[in-house]
Amino acid sequence: MATATRIPPEVLARYEPVIGLEVHVQLLTASKIFCGCSTSFGAPPNSNVCPVCLGLPGALPVLNRKAVEFAALAALALGCQVRETSSFARKNYFYPDLPKGYQISQYDQPLAEHGAIEITSGEGRKKVGITRLHLEEDAGKSLHDGFAESATSTCLDLNRAGTPLAEIVSEPEISSPDEAFEYLTRLKEIILFTGVSDCNMEEGSLRCDANVSVRRKGAKEFGAKVEVKNVNSFRFIREALAYEIERQVEALESGEKVVQETRLYHAAEGKTFSMRSKEQAHDYRYFPDPDLQPLVVDAAWQAEIRKQLPELPEALRARLVAQYGITEYDAGVLSASRSLAQQFEAAARSAKNPKRVANLVQSELMGRLKARDLSIEQSPITMRGVAMSADLAEAGTISSKMLKDLYDHAFATGEDFAAVYEREKPQQLSDASAIEKVIEDVMAANPQQVEQYRAGKTTVKAFFVGQVMKATKGQANPAMVNELLDKKLAG
Amino acid sequence: MDPTVLTVESTRVAIQEKQFSATALVEALHARIERDDTHAWLTHPPERALAQAAAIDKLADKGGPLPPLAGVPIGIKDVILTRGLRTTAGSKVLQHFFPPYDATAVARLEAAGAIVMGKTNCDEFAMGSSNENSAYGVVKNPHDKARVPGGSSGGSAAAVANGTAVAALGSDTGGSIRQPAAFCGIVGLMPSYGRVSRYGLIAFASSLDRIGPMTRSVKDAALILQHIAGHDPLDSTCANVPVPDYAAEIGKPVKGLKVGVPKEYFAEGLDDDVRASVEAATEKIHQLGCEVVPISLPHTKYAIPTYYVLATAEASSNLARYDGVRYGFRIKDAKTLTEMYRRTRDEGFGYEVKRRIMLGTYVLSAGYYDAYYLKAQRVRTLLSRDFDAAFAKVDAIVTPTTPTAAFKLGEKAENPLAMYLADIYTVTGNLAGVPAIAVPCGKTKTGLPIGLQIFARRFDEPTLLRLGHAYEHARGAF
Ligand SMILES: [Zn+2]
Repeated sequence: MATATRIPPEVLARYEPVIGLEVHVQLLTASKIFCGCSTSFGAPPNSNVCPVCLGLPGALPVLNRKAVEFAALAALALGCQVRETSSFARKNYFYPDLPKGYQISQYDQPLAEHGAIEITSGEGRKKVGITRLHLEEDAGKSLHDGFAESATSTCLDLNRAGTPLAEIVSEPEISSPDEAFEYLTRLKEIILFTGVSDCNMEEGSLRCDANVSVRRKGAKEFGAKVEVKNVNSFRFIREALAYEIERQVEALESGEKVVQETRLYHAAEGKTFSMRSKEQAHDYRYFPDPDLQPLVVDAAWQAEIRKQLPELPEALRARLVAQYGITEYDAGVLSASRSLAQQFEAAARSAKNPKRVANLVQSELMGRLKARDLSIEQSPITMRGVAMSADLAEAGTISSKMLKDLYDHAFATGEDFAAVYEREKPQQLSDASAIEKVIEDVMAANPQQVEQYRAGKTTVKAFFVGQVMKATKGQANPAMVNELLDKKLAG
Repeated sequence: MDPTVLTVESTRVAIQEKQFSATALVEALHARIERDDTHAWLTHPPERALAQAAAIDKLADKGGPLPPLAGVPIGIKDVILTRGLRTTAGSKVLQHFFPPYDATAVARLEAAGAIVMGKTNCDEFAMGSSNENSAYGVVKNPHDKARVPGGSSGGSAAAVANGTAVAALGSDTGGSIRQPAAFCGIVGLMPSYGRVSRYGLIAFASSLDRIGPMTRSVKDAALILQHIAGHDPLDSTCANVPVPDYAAEIGKPVKGLKVGVPKEYFAEGLDDDVRASVEAATEKIHQLGCEVVPISLPHTKYAIPTYYVLATAEASSNLARYDGVRYGFRIKDAKTLTEMYRRTRDEGFGYEVKRRIMLGTYVLSAGYYDAYYLKAQRVRTLLSRDFDAAFAKVDAIVTPTTPTAAFKLGEKAENPLAMYLADIYTVTGNLAGVPAIAVPCGKTKTGLPIGLQIFARRFDEPTLLRLGHAYEHARGAF
């Protein structure tokens, strides 16, 4: 970070940052929030538009029920109370990508309130309150480059105008850039689990603005609030906040005032720049949208939505640890997405011994992934492959040594376990007479060790096991080797 | 064929019986429109009307029954969208706007056989009470061309009155159907809020705007309403309430109906001729067997300020989309975005529209919202309760439609407050959501039409139409 050491830590330590986050999440409905147009990403400019989302005269909004359900599902997953009656308001401002000259949003009666996300912070676990979750429509996009007329004009693509968004506003209860990062990570994880958004920051389906102020530790009053916009990754949020906190502390330390304003983050420079001050701030002139009836999500509808609520990451992790005896770390990896956890559990359930699946994931898969810096989604061996290997090992068809070899092979070629196994099919040597023959050869070659064993030093048996396995290139059935060795060595 | 006396029914019957063809009627009316000296029409290319007329004539040739509004030539107020037919809202800002879709009401009329003759003149964005705010010139009152036709649906009223249309659609936000109907001596019906879809109506004040028929008789109003009323999935504020058979309803007797006369509507400012005429009409209603009782709507005096706070607030937001970005008028050679917005809107909008946008912006501004917008919403609730209380006792309320008959062109143009007071008896109905109808009830000593206004409960258009129809017949011709 550009400014990490600008201010002595003991000075910084005298101040307490107060951070609140506003996250916009695009909901994965097939059609827009107030019209029937498709929400698909990447369509030719201005092809997914109609009189409603173009803001033509006389066009009227009709609320998409699915958008309400998705937003309510997210709200419930975040522990919010969904209001029985909420309402839509107009947020009035002029901007070329805003077709009606107002955005339909929710203001004094949001869809849901009073939620919380539990995060891990330096001192342990901590709850960050969620003030509200409300529905609103997205604006279009101004395109400044890439067109014949770009030198003199800005082009507009209104495909995105009217895409449903859920805005999730946190309480100002985040105390550090790291906590902000953690809050966003947990929030994204929960939303992904509900399946109502893909939270793809590159495509803009998750956007975040941060409000940050600093105050002397122990002070009751909040400092002047700065809104940081235009941050397009969680990492950059952390950096932008760190920069902004130092900037504000520096200002206060040198006797200046922090100006209440909106600032833009420039990731390349690692700095924030003033965009507009409070005096220039918009007066959005919110008022209830007379084109829309109050939104009623009654108890019956809420119950229906609640039924779609999946097991959430926290609960899932606790259960994986309890049920499969895996570590919390591995439970965390396996719950990276809902589908991965589902695959794992399906694999575990389908295997003869679920614990063995969990053990293999932990002992064989994770290490290899880590060594190659792969995420579990990138693993060549799928959960189905792990289940297959577990069953083969359970049946004694392959030894643990063979299993390791097959895993190495799969990681080397990028194939799943089944493909590697089908090709290599290392048959275990389970023919008793063949194994006996090998044992006899080994005993003949090592008469001294045979003597020792027969004199009562039975620990040399391990030596013979090793020699037999070596002679069979590891393919001899270990159980049979043990049994036959006992018989032969006893004489 | 005398186009000045045709009604919905007589038009259909005449075409059915081959007294004249729909095409001949369209051609005759088109010729009249070309000669029209009241400037009731803004856009009237014959193609769409002739195509529909040909389709109706084809049906008539086959001899089968014609659709209910077959061949009825209708004028569409220029704030109501017509696909491919220029729609300006009486504003320069939409000078060259050709809508890609039809308003629901227009589509339904055509589906019932009606013929869209063209677009009628109106006050810009329906803001006005005299039709003097049209960017395309004033409309003259067919009864006295030195006088206003009323507004904002002045073109629609004049077209029905001067025989260039059999019926017209108007829109009513504070009296814009009823007041010009009264000034032009025709019937104007403002349906209940939510009765007729607003989809395709260029919004002025969304919580007050209604589309309604302007006709030569109450029965015609009922027949038109029949086809434009009803649920529309494209308008969330359009109620899913069954549509009664209005033609059957108006035939029912009115004897025994309780009719209220609110004292607040007969106070200071009411012209003597209008008072006498409305009182005579009330007596006629009494003679029909209705029980006429005095009532009070105590918050009436707050209606005008309440209306101008709420209507302008909504308008300031509804008109934000006319920014020169996507369609409509855009100033050339602007250097910056702000300059483009500012000059486009400055030159695109007329004076009254700008006045209302500024008023509305002001009442919604931080620090003023509670004192104006919120307070006006509370008064609106009180005004609604006035009507609720009255309708607990009576079935209908009769009042004058306007304090005076048509005033002179230019008379109030420089005095907005006096102009706003022309809506004093009509805005209450918009604020309360109830339906109302203006029915001609006589003339002033100088021969200007006077309109009786009747209110009924929300969605009780049957009672409204029944009483209006009974009165109209009892009254007889002037
Ligand atoms: Zn659309």
